[in-house]
Amino acid sequence: MALPAVAIDQMADWEVAEKQIGLWTDAWQRFRRNRLAVLGAGLVIFLVLIAFLSPLLVHFGIIHDPLKQDVANIELGPGQAGFLLGSDQLGRDTLSRLMFGSRISLSVGILVQGIILPIGLAIGLAAGYAGGRIDNILMRFTDIWYAFPDLLFVLVVVSVFGPSLLTIFGAIAMVNWVGLARLVRGQVLSIKEKEFIEAARSSGSPPLKLIVKHLLPNSLGPIIVTLTFGIPQAIFLEAVLSFLGVGIQPPTATWGQMVFDGYEAVYANPTSVVFPAIAIGFTLLTFTFIGDGLRDALDPRMRR
Amino acid sequence: MAVIAGRPKRGALLPSRVASLTDSRAGSLAIFIVKRILWMLPVVFFVILITFTLMHLAPGSPWDKSGGRQLSQTVVNNLNIRYGLDKPVYEQFWLYLVNVVHFDFGLSYQYEGKTVTSLIASGWPYTATIGLLAFLLIVPVGIGLGVLAALRQNSRIDYITMGFATFAASFPNFVVGALMVVAFSVLTYKATGGNFFLPAAGFALDDHLVMPVITLALLPIAYTARLTRASTLDTIRQDFVRTAWAKGLSERLVVVRHILKNSLIPVVTTLGPTFAFLVTGSVIVETVFSIPGIGRAFVVAIESRDYPMILGTTVLFSVIIAVANLVVDVAYVFIDPRVRLT
Amino acid sequence: MAQTLLQVEDLHTQFFTSRGVVRAVDGVSLHIDAGETLGVVGESGCGKTITALSILRLVPDPGKIISGRILFRGEDVAKMDDEEVKDFRGNDVSMIFQDPMTSLNPVTKIGFQIEEAMTAHKRFSAQQAKTRVVELLKRVRVPAPERRVNDYPHQFSGGMRQRAMIAMGLANEPALLIADEPTTALDVTVQAQIIELMKSLNQELGTAMMLITHNMALVASLCQRVIVMYAGRVVEEGPVEQIFKSPQHPYTWSLLRSVPRVDEARKDRLVSIKGLPPDLSNPPPGCKFHPRCPFVIERCKVEEPPLGEVDVNQVARCWVLMRNVNEQDIAAAKSSAISVDAAQKLKTPVADVGGDASI
Repeated sequence: MALPAVAIDQMADWEVAEKQIGLWTDAWQRFRRNRLAVLGAGLVIFLVLIAFLSPLLVHFGIIHDPLKQDVANIELGPGQAGFLLGSDQLGRDTLSRLMFGSRISLSVGILVQGIILPIGLAIGLAAGYAGGRIDNILMRFTDIWYAFPDLLFVLVVVSVFGPSLLTIFGAIAMVNWVGLARLVRGQVLSIKEKEFIEAARSSGSPPLKLIVKHLLPNSLGPIIVTLTFGIPQAIFLEAVLSFLGVGIQPPTATWGQMVFDGYEAVYANPTSVVFPAIAIGFTLLTFTFIGDGLRDALDPRMRR
Repeated sequence: MAVIAGRPKRGALLPSRVASLTDSRAGSLAIFIVKRILWMLPVVFFVILITFTLMHLAPGSPWDKSGGRQLSQTVVNNLNIRYGLDKPVYEQFWLYLVNVVHFDFGLSYQYEGKTVTSLIASGWPYTATIGLLAFLLIVPVGIGLGVLAALRQNSRIDYITMGFATFAASFPNFVVGALMVVAFSVLTYKATGGNFFLPAAGFALDDHLVMPVITLALLPIAYTARLTRASTLDTIRQDFVRTAWAKGLSERLVVVRHILKNSLIPVVTTLGPTFAFLVTGSVIVETVFSIPGIGRAFVVAIESRDYPMILGTTVLFSVIIAVANLVVDVAYVFIDPRVRLT
Repeated sequence: MAQTLLQVEDLHTQFFTSRGVVRAVDGVSLHIDAGETLGVVGESGCGKTITALSILRLVPDPGKIISGRILFRGEDVAKMDDEEVKDFRGNDVSMIFQDPMTSLNPVTKIGFQIEEAMTAHKRFSAQQAKTRVVELLKRVRVPAPERRVNDYPHQFSGGMRQRAMIAMGLANEPALLIADEPTTALDVTVQAQIIELMKSLNQELGTAMMLITHNMALVASLCQRVIVMYAGRVVEEGPVEQIFKSPQHPYTWSLLRSVPRVDEARKDRLVSIKGLPPDLSNPPPGCKFHPRCPFVIERCKVEEPPLGEVDVNQVARCWVLMRNVNEQDIAAAKSSAISVDAAQKLKTPVADVGGDASI
């Protein structure tokens, strides 16, 4: 006996609603209890603030202009001549360059996820929903994509199309969407197995709407975790590009570039390498903590 | 002739020689390997195709020298003919494929008359040495740390090793390399008046290898240690470990024969991606430490738009990674008897 | 004169969890004589498995044996050092576990797993062990044992795996074999075969057995004596026939009522004991069974009864005792006891003591 469409919708709604409420409040509490994750979250907020506020700080003269060169004061150590963290080989203030660099790193890291999300969702959904040959073809496609070493691909693309912001965004997104697509596909497949889908199919209403409706609350957790872990990956790739000289070009300050510049001068001024290196490392660490915290908090198996 | 009800046995319609192959595990293994190799080929093909297409999408021609003398058209034409760039694209692609199978990746753009193959060959020993050493470091250290942390769960050792692993995993290769140079080349030099420091550039079979190998191996060690720990903790809780204890076996036997034999299986599967990581990591490490390997050659090629070189190394790296994954997949069949080959 | 093989005296094993101290084994005493089969019955969580694990010093973290003596042939297992315990395990006393699929190492050949039980104790050389494995498998009635020793656990069927486990348990000719729910994970038909096997092994080899189960029917077919455990304590003990004929503790009585019997009227539904087993980190005062007992009196709620002798060789931990309960109360208890499907309709928690007997 086929259930009427309205009943199916209601059933799905009820299941969805119930799961949703429990999951989010529960997750929030668990996240809060994870000290590392909270620390990470705090640091990220701090970084974001810096990223937003740094132009203002320059405007009000609180920190130096990162682009201003001071030939008389090159390669100073920290604390000298008013440069809190020293200066680089062109006399630019390391501290303000670090702060401006955070803008690049954070925007690449976070915004790239915005490109990855629709691509991964679309492909995962298509593969999971369509099944059969389309699924096979799409999965083969992702396997091929996955086989391409990510760093090499990004380098090749950037060398071909030039190191513009758009190219970099695109290239990094291109190498990181596979994980999300596979995740979404898995979720769709497991939803397809649920009974009310069978009921919907037998009563003629298209299950796609139902799947999408049910997909979001269930997989929102893992999707968020995947995207969160994708942020450090993206930041890393951008930093490598800058380090190798094929990322965002000077005079814009990027951390990778600063590491390179600092490394060139490592004997003369060792700290100029250390500061951006630590900045990169700690930012990645921060997002890893948050990702771990989110993953544990949203893990359905650990719910009491 | 009696009609036998039901579906014919799988493979009943195959010629008898092939059918008998699937009866033995050795036979199934051979078929499995062949199937995997066949599967690998389209992947490699597409990698070549994609990279080749990208190369040809590059704006401008390789002979545009920015800031330098612009070459005359006749010279450009000759160069084009010489490098085969006057032919239609698909023909170029086909020629390229044929050449690749013969390990001929064409001529480099940046070094007059040198083939890509020779450039790769000259860089190969350096990359291979560092990569191999890193691998030999990763396996025992990564697995060892992970096992240690699992067996002494929640002890100080556990927290220290896992904390270190998480920390190390967050610092990219070039950051680690740069920091190591600061610590062990610059600061120690300054502190000991030039007596003790690790060399930061160049390749030699001595302490020149220390920092590059460690830099390359650090992240995979961290990752492997975490995975090993998780897998071992999972395995320890299994019933059959309790059975092993109940038989009165010594701790060594239980750990090695029962716990590790099971918990290391998932770790083996990560060796493929680890290998891939070593390959891409070499690009960065060789740049930081000025090692004349293939990775560094790749970076130089990128900077000078040496497309054949870029293409050649990309293809080579991808093939190596695909082969490594294949080897791991096959090895997995040997270590886990539950895996079905069909 | 039967000699006492194993004597457990006032064993206390506790688990120190984040939610508090769980008194899993709360003063258990028992004994097993050479060659006899003792049944240990009770619901899940009553402490029977932990008792067995304590005997072999296999209590998992965060558990610990707090006090008590475990005397095997006079020697206290609880005080043995690590070397002695290793000698003792799998050699003097063996244990086989509930789920043979997960209890066997999935990536090692079965023959080897049985061999290593023998070579670990150096009682047999490697060569002898190899031949003995085949003999053992023959004895537990695994067909084609010479070929089967090279198989992996996933290539065996459920019943065969359990036989292999039994073979492993008997490899070193232990004086005592502890079997923890050996048939629970098996099909009903296979269960009967395993029971038959265990009976004949007990007769052929004279191995004493401690059979842990929640299945009263199993006890009836295999055991000479039985102890009934509840909430970490022994609540009744005695010869099987006596216990079955006249159980004195209300819990034992309820357990026996939940077994379908061929000789009882068909219309008597399977009944279950209402309520849930107690929280062992916070047990009720007085008699631990009193919240679920159909015959509870005031004294039960305040004072815990000691184990008192109720018959020849039979003891029970109860203030009331079934023989003192009048017919009306028994009839009332029978009718108020909820049947399993009725309970499900009401969504009342019931303790299902497993009426899956296969007599």
